[in-house]
Amino acid sequence: MMISFLRKAPVVLLVGTMALAACSQGGFRGDDAAGGLGAAGAGAGGIGDPSSPAYFNQVIGDRVLFAVDQSTLSSQAQATLAGQAQWLLSNPEFTALIEGHADEQGTREYNLALGARRAAAVQEYLISQGVPASRLRTISYGKERPIEICSTEACYSQNRRAVTVISAGLGA
Amino acid sequence: MLTRRNFIGTSGLLLASSALPHVALAQNGPLRLEITEGVIEPLPFALPTFIGQGEVAADISRVIAADLRGTGLFRQIPPDAYISQVTSFNAPVSYPDWQAINAQALITGEVENRADGQIAVRFRLFDVFSQAPLGEGLQFVGPVDSWRRMAHTVADQVYSRITGESGYFDTRVAFIHEEGPKNARLKRLAIMDYDGANVQYLTDSRALVLAPRFSPQGDRILYTSYESGSPQVYVMDVASVQRRPLEAISGGTMTFSPRFAPSGQTVVLSLEQGGNSDIYGIDLATGSRQQLTSSPSIETAPSFSPDGSQIVFESDRTGQQQIYVMPAGGGEGRRISTGDGRYGTPVWSPRGDYIAFTYQADGRFHIGVMRTDGSEQRLLTSSFLDEGPTWAPNGRVLMFTRETPGDDGAPAVYSVDISGRNLQRVATPGMASDPAWGPLQS
Repeated sequence: MMISFLRKAPVVLLVGTMALAACSQGGFRGDDAAGGLGAAGAGAGGIGDPSSPAYFNQVIGDRVLFAVDQSTLSSQAQATLAGQAQWLLSNPEFTALIEGHADEQGTREYNLALGARRAAAVQEYLISQGVPASRLRTISYGKERPIEICSTEACYSQNRRAVTVISAGLGA
Repeated sequence: MLTRRNFIGTSGLLLASSALPHVALAQNGPLRLEITEGVIEPLPFALPTFIGQGEVAADISRVIAADLRGTGLFRQIPPDAYISQVTSFNAPVSYPDWQAINAQALITGEVENRADGQIAVRFRLFDVFSQAPLGEGLQFVGPVDSWRRMAHTVADQVYSRITGESGYFDTRVAFIHEEGPKNARLKRLAIMDYDGANVQYLTDSRALVLAPRFSPQGDRILYTSYESGSPQVYVMDVASVQRRPLEAISGGTMTFSPRFAPSGQTVVLSLEQGGNSDIYGIDLATGSRQQLTSSPSIETAPSFSPDGSQIVFESDRTGQQQIYVMPAGGGEGRRISTGDGRYGTPVWSPRGDYIAFTYQADGRFHIGVMRTDGSEQRLLTSSFLDEGPTWAPNGRVLMFTRETPGDDGAPAVYSVDISGRNLQRVATPGMASDPAWGPLQS
């Protein structure tokens, strides 16, 4: 009796995904120092123009930071978010994607959940300041996208963040 | 097609000692390793290169020996110490020659190139000091390019006959292949043999992918992907590489941390809404969803008991991650982790006897195991960042991710046995993380 018990390993073809890249496309990110708009100077659309994304990212501040394992908004974070809310209310053509991040000192799954919790805390605060929920989305990157890559608290404190990425007429 | 048959039943080859009661021999003979009792001195074996033409016989011999050595339970006696040369597979074994070099186990074999283009691999295992075969000779037939699987299958037989445990060499591992700098990692879903050979990539690097999980049958993989723009659980058929999102979820809702039920019909995962993550069960056939936890804290990393009746998971309801067990139908769960520090990513052993977990305290990470009631906790590893254990199908070995610190920190896959011995890096091509050990294939 011949018992067939093994099959040749299947040939696996690499297939392309149809997805967009994971980072937001068309957004004005503060994370990318070479992002262009941030360095645009004082003219229209530059840092001196209060309706510009550069102003949002650099003058108001596009991010808030969190304590270890926490999603509580500090008074400093609340002040930043109040400024973000005011800017979003003054510039209704923009929508925002709120990215929640964690530092590397945690397990992958937990950090995903923690990033979501941080992004939601920011979203709730912006809504409480009058920003329509329809203009806000959230995403968690957990510990997958650190902005600082050293393994000390100096970097971890910058990575425990929620970044508000604004887009003109995109998203939401 | 690779086929297996018993020498005695099919090919008329009679073993010299075929009248011996093999089962009784396997249970009572001296050639027996009890893994749980803590093997300090590895069992010495001799493995003369299998007889056969071409490189494949030597390749197969090399992989069998590597499998056995890699367990930490066996030690290979160098071939240049051999007194006897095995020139014919059916020649009588000269036991004194193997006793003289203190080989306790002798593995002989041959590889035959068949007219149909396939190869036949035959082996025998001998208990040198009992001067008797240990179990029957076996033959495997298959295409030449499946030679690694045939070698792993021989090694599984040897391991199983000597330890009494089922093997874990003819297995595959799903993992995440990583490239690029730490702040812009590219990640691809991939599978490999348990020893790092035969890597196949299942996705490209355009979308971030995380934490694959094999189905109990090994035919499907669950994983989390950002391909839709936000993290969602997908199920992929390994053979066809076809994938689909597990269910349509609304924007702003994340699903992650999936795992199959032992039946393969149900999936448990975390679903996040408004910043809160709870555990849900999803019926793969109907798509129906059942909420299993309901708490404002983070509930994630669910894993079924092998009988499917219970789910172990982590929750930070006390303020930091701890491990809980609840009925498969859901509930609050009872906490089983009791120490200080953070306990996450619990995984129930396929044998049902232990739960493996990630433990974090004082800036260090550990892989540990505990009984399913939380007792007998044992930390097996310690490093800057160890996380995400996955069980070998025999419940004796774990793989996990180890990441090094700093700007050039990089993840790699490691294995360790449940006694904490035999820590080894798995030979992946480049950076690798999130291993998920699949079932024994044969």
